[in-house]
Amino acid sequence: MKSMRKLNKAGMILSMVIGMIIAACMSPAAGPEVVESDEAAAPAMQEVQSTLSIVQERGKLVCIGNSQLPGFGFLDSEGNFSGFDVDYCRAIAAAIFGDADALEVRPATARERFTILSSGEGDVIIRNTTWTMSRDTDLGMNFGPTTFYDGQGLMVRKELGVATLPDLQGASVCVITGTTTELNLADQFAAAGVAYEAVVFEDFDQSFTAYEEGRCDAVTTDKSSLVSRQTTLSVPSDHVILDVTLSKEPLGPAVRHGDDQWFDLVNWVVYATMLAEEHGISSSNIDSFMGSEDPNIRKLLGLEGDFCSKVGIANAGCFVDVITQVGNYEEIYNRNLGPDTVFDLPRGLNSLYTDGGILYAPPIR
Amino acid sequence: MTTAAGTPTDRSVLPVTERYTLLGWLRRNLFSDLFNSLLTIVAVASIFIVARLILRWAFNTAEWGVIPANFNLIMRGQYPAIEAWRLWLVIYLLGTTVGLVWRLIVGQFNTTARILVAIPLVLMLIPFFSMGTRLYLMITAVASFAGYFIAGYLPIQHRGRAASYFVMAYLVVMLILLRGAGADDGPMPPVQPILWGGLLLSLLLAFFGITLSFPLGVLLALGRQSKLPAIRVMSVIYIEFIRGVPLISLLFMGQIMLQLFLPDGFPLVDRVLRALVAITLFSAAYTAENVRGGLQSIPRGQYEAAQAVGLSTYQSTIHIILPQALRAVIPVLVGQFISLFKDTTLVALVGIFDLLGIARTIIANPDWLGTQQEVFAVIAVLFWIFSYTMSFASRRLERRLGVGQR
Amino acid sequence: MQNIHASQVRPPFYRDERVLGVFSQILVVVIVLGLGLFFFNNMITGLREKHSVAITFSFLTQTAGFDIGESLIEYSRERTYLRAFVVGLLNTFQVAVLGIIFATALGILIGVMRLSTNFLVSKIAAVYIDIFRNIPLLVLLIFWAQGVFLKLPRVADAIVLADAFYLSNRGVAIPWGLPTDSWGTYLIVLAAGFIAGAVLAYFLREHGKRTGRMPLVTLWFIVTVAAVGLIGWIVLPQPMTLDVPTLEGFNTQGGKILSQQFMALLSGLIIYTAAFIAEVVRAGIQSVSKGQREAATALGLTAAQTLRLIIFPQALRVIIPPLTSQYLNLTKNSSLAIAIGYPDLFAVAGNTILNQTGREIEMFTMIMGTYLSLSLLTSFLMNIYNRRIRLVER
Repeated sequence: MKSMRKLNKAGMILSMVIGMIIAACMSPAAGPEVVESDEAAAPAMQEVQSTLSIVQERGKLVCIGNSQLPGFGFLDSEGNFSGFDVDYCRAIAAAIFGDADALEVRPATARERFTILSSGEGDVIIRNTTWTMSRDTDLGMNFGPTTFYDGQGLMVRKELGVATLPDLQGASVCVITGTTTELNLADQFAAAGVAYEAVVFEDFDQSFTAYEEGRCDAVTTDKSSLVSRQTTLSVPSDHVILDVTLSKEPLGPAVRHGDDQWFDLVNWVVYATMLAEEHGISSSNIDSFMGSEDPNIRKLLGLEGDFCSKVGIANAGCFVDVITQVGNYEEIYNRNLGPDTVFDLPRGLNSLYTDGGILYAPPIR
Repeated sequence: MTTAAGTPTDRSVLPVTERYTLLGWLRRNLFSDLFNSLLTIVAVASIFIVARLILRWAFNTAEWGVIPANFNLIMRGQYPAIEAWRLWLVIYLLGTTVGLVWRLIVGQFNTTARILVAIPLVLMLIPFFSMGTRLYLMITAVASFAGYFIAGYLPIQHRGRAASYFVMAYLVVMLILLRGAGADDGPMPPVQPILWGGLLLSLLLAFFGITLSFPLGVLLALGRQSKLPAIRVMSVIYIEFIRGVPLISLLFMGQIMLQLFLPDGFPLVDRVLRALVAITLFSAAYTAENVRGGLQSIPRGQYEAAQAVGLSTYQSTIHIILPQALRAVIPVLVGQFISLFKDTTLVALVGIFDLLGIARTIIANPDWLGTQQEVFAVIAVLFWIFSYTMSFASRRLERRLGVGQR
Repeated sequence: MQNIHASQVRPPFYRDERVLGVFSQILVVVIVLGLGLFFFNNMITGLREKHSVAITFSFLTQTAGFDIGESLIEYSRERTYLRAFVVGLLNTFQVAVLGIIFATALGILIGVMRLSTNFLVSKIAAVYIDIFRNIPLLVLLIFWAQGVFLKLPRVADAIVLADAFYLSNRGVAIPWGLPTDSWGTYLIVLAAGFIAGAVLAYFLREHGKRTGRMPLVTLWFIVTVAAVGLIGWIVLPQPMTLDVPTLEGFNTQGGKILSQQFMALLSGLIIYTAAFIAEVVRAGIQSVSKGQREAATALGLTAAQTLRLIIFPQALRVIIPPLTSQYLNLTKNSSLAIAIGYPDLFAVAGNTILNQTGREIEMFTMIMGTYLSLSLLTSFLMNIYNRRIRLVER
């Protein structure tokens, strides 16, 4: 009995200690910031803190991204994130901090991403996210410039001999839940009068595993993602992406409604990469432009007019950091999706307007 | 059906000699009558079929290469390889602490102790381990020996208290080692809990889930039995609410909605910690119901006797009622702990890479497509080993404390 | 007791248990309510300020726009979110009801095997219980879905049994009844059969009570219903035709398709829960004292009679409460369907609808409310049942 009592007491103390330790183990921001936010608590009540100041205080950008889509956002087995979308996260971090690595990628499923953004857990979504009206309005998002013009496609096994949508009558189609693709699939198949079985999964991994094993006859998502995931199938050449486009999918960054300064910042970082390509400025040759006389280039590189301060960044050369550390649009594209990668995705619509594409960045002035 | 209840064979009336001959044993247990013989034949046949299926798969079909290739991931998830020495240190210290505590509490080097020490040594036999890993396992065994011997020379009076201090110190050191401290380029850079993964994370979630939910559950059980109506009602509402909803809904809420409930600018709570809180709150309600069963089994006389000798409500609860009530429900409590351990797998559904979450990433890796059976078999065996050990230990403890024998 | 204690010496107010009791209650209530209000207020202001959304359920009547793979009721993308919610709910019910039936059957079988005097049979049951009680259900489910059902042959190479059953990694296609015009009439006939059977059973029971020789009431009931059903089937012009699946195009057509996800979820739940039910059954049977069995044998009852009339009714009283909680567990565990892509309540409401509408608060209120009322209802019915069997005892 006596030892039991002692054990009891020990147990209580033990659990209290553990509780305290765990409390102390909260996110790294917990330590210094708790004190700070206590002081700032009173004014913060009246005025919502701006996203930029939160990010600056935290010392890094939290970017909501994908971890399962090679070429766009992918977590390799060493735990590093890479891809087209991730590079845009890096670009924003470079603009704010002058350090592209001041970044935490928060991998999220299609389901979670908007909630995570609205709850303030992340600062920006760059996760092959389609710009739609209801997301813009109902969900309280603001969509930045489209970084990648895409369209929804279908991938099937070659041996099925499918070429058009009606050929898929009675087929099973794998689709990822919580996406515009899920809705487009329903719309387009209904419009074409094609009956099908929707097999709904939570993420790319499950969806493509099921497709690979033959659970579905077709798998649908954005064409770029199909290209990307095709390379991860066991025999990529056994599969073909149909020449059918189910929808328009403009993919780009999204931020919360109501913080215009932050929205502007994200917009202009994206535009800066496009403008850099337009002027032929890349990470390798940027130094040679530092003496440029072209007023457009001088403004982009912060040599004339303090445009970075207009989006709340003190460093006049914020776009220079973006270009040197991450690169212009072409570099970002080619590094992740271009001819030297397994995907070898043609630029198509994603060329500058001068090259027949629709990338058209407004001028900096 | 009929054999179960039908044949009233009482072993004690059989001649003693028959019990010890193989033939007699076979006759009595397998071929006592026609029906029984038929059952035996069917049973042997099905065992043969299942065993052949499993063995054929394990030795012919299965491609085990996926396990050694991803072994580190399975064990520690995304915990940086360069910081792995901290995990080994945690394991050595665990060995030492177990050794110390064993000497202080149990006091002798009995069979169980030998088995415990043998574990790292047996693990050394795993064929794909590198020599380094084997060496580290050897050190673990040595460390636990060392703990045991050191404890013998320590001038300690209150052995129980000293043991609990050692355990607490270990936990603090363990957390500091895992979490790291100081600068990112310092000797022990911080490692975010979200990077803790694999078996490491599953075990940590289970351990802290159990240690945190237990006191909370006891409090809730006492609250439900309380004479104070407000406290009783709130405990009942809490318990019934939590028991009425699936754990997954709590986990989802914790992951995607928690920030909605907190004021602006509140620091982000780590995602692993959120999952831990959800698991703890969930499990506490079930623990509370189990403890309540124990509380109800305490005869009224115990309460009255405690009051008669002048103990306050608090004193009688702590010293008289709880120790008896908890002892009565050890088996169900352990059952609850086991199910908490199994429930930690649900965190894989909210994007945390515990053992199951890691398994899912491995089978999605282009290099290891189609290895679902192998990977999940290994994961299942790992979970089974830990759960079964817990239930085995609980049965031993039950027997030692003589629960249900009075 | 307390009165004597209190009237002898009145302790100072800070040690008076009654004062302390009231005080601590007020304290707890204030803390809990305060915290609740704090969270609620944060949520409301957060929702309003951050993205100007108010809490409303009006979206439920909007068009859903997505398809659901399997549904018990008619559903298409033009239907409302509410309809989609109901589809999910019915799918949960379907899995839960079938799971409960099969898990009980398997659980009783294994529980009884565990008590068998045959050493091997008993050990097989013990191994089964020890294995499946100690593996997480989620691991089992995913293994079952991805390691077993997904590894079955493709639909084109499906395993065909008797030209009617197709087993492939899309699921199992089985022949299924297709109601004809006379189906409605047949249902009425069947209902009449049930009533007739019930009336007969009532009189048989009364008769049995009077004479002391209880006939096999249940058997008579079943025979009556079956007889009426059979006669109706013969007399009416074929109330139902058999729809046999065939392999056409991409999938099997006709019959009923039990999808891979459904099969994986159901079998995982059954195998897992049966291990727990087996333990419940074993404990129940063992709780009946040996004397009861010996007394029954002494009275000359056969083994089967002993089991049916003596052991089972008594064991049932011990079995029912834990069995109910196993049923509830199975129902709640069916929410793990989300991991393998079966559209149950949680997957449809907490995943798809939530995703498409972004209404977290509303959807979680609905989901948790549904599960909660389900489990409170079950506990309520259980309490009534418990009271009834307790009355029978005395």
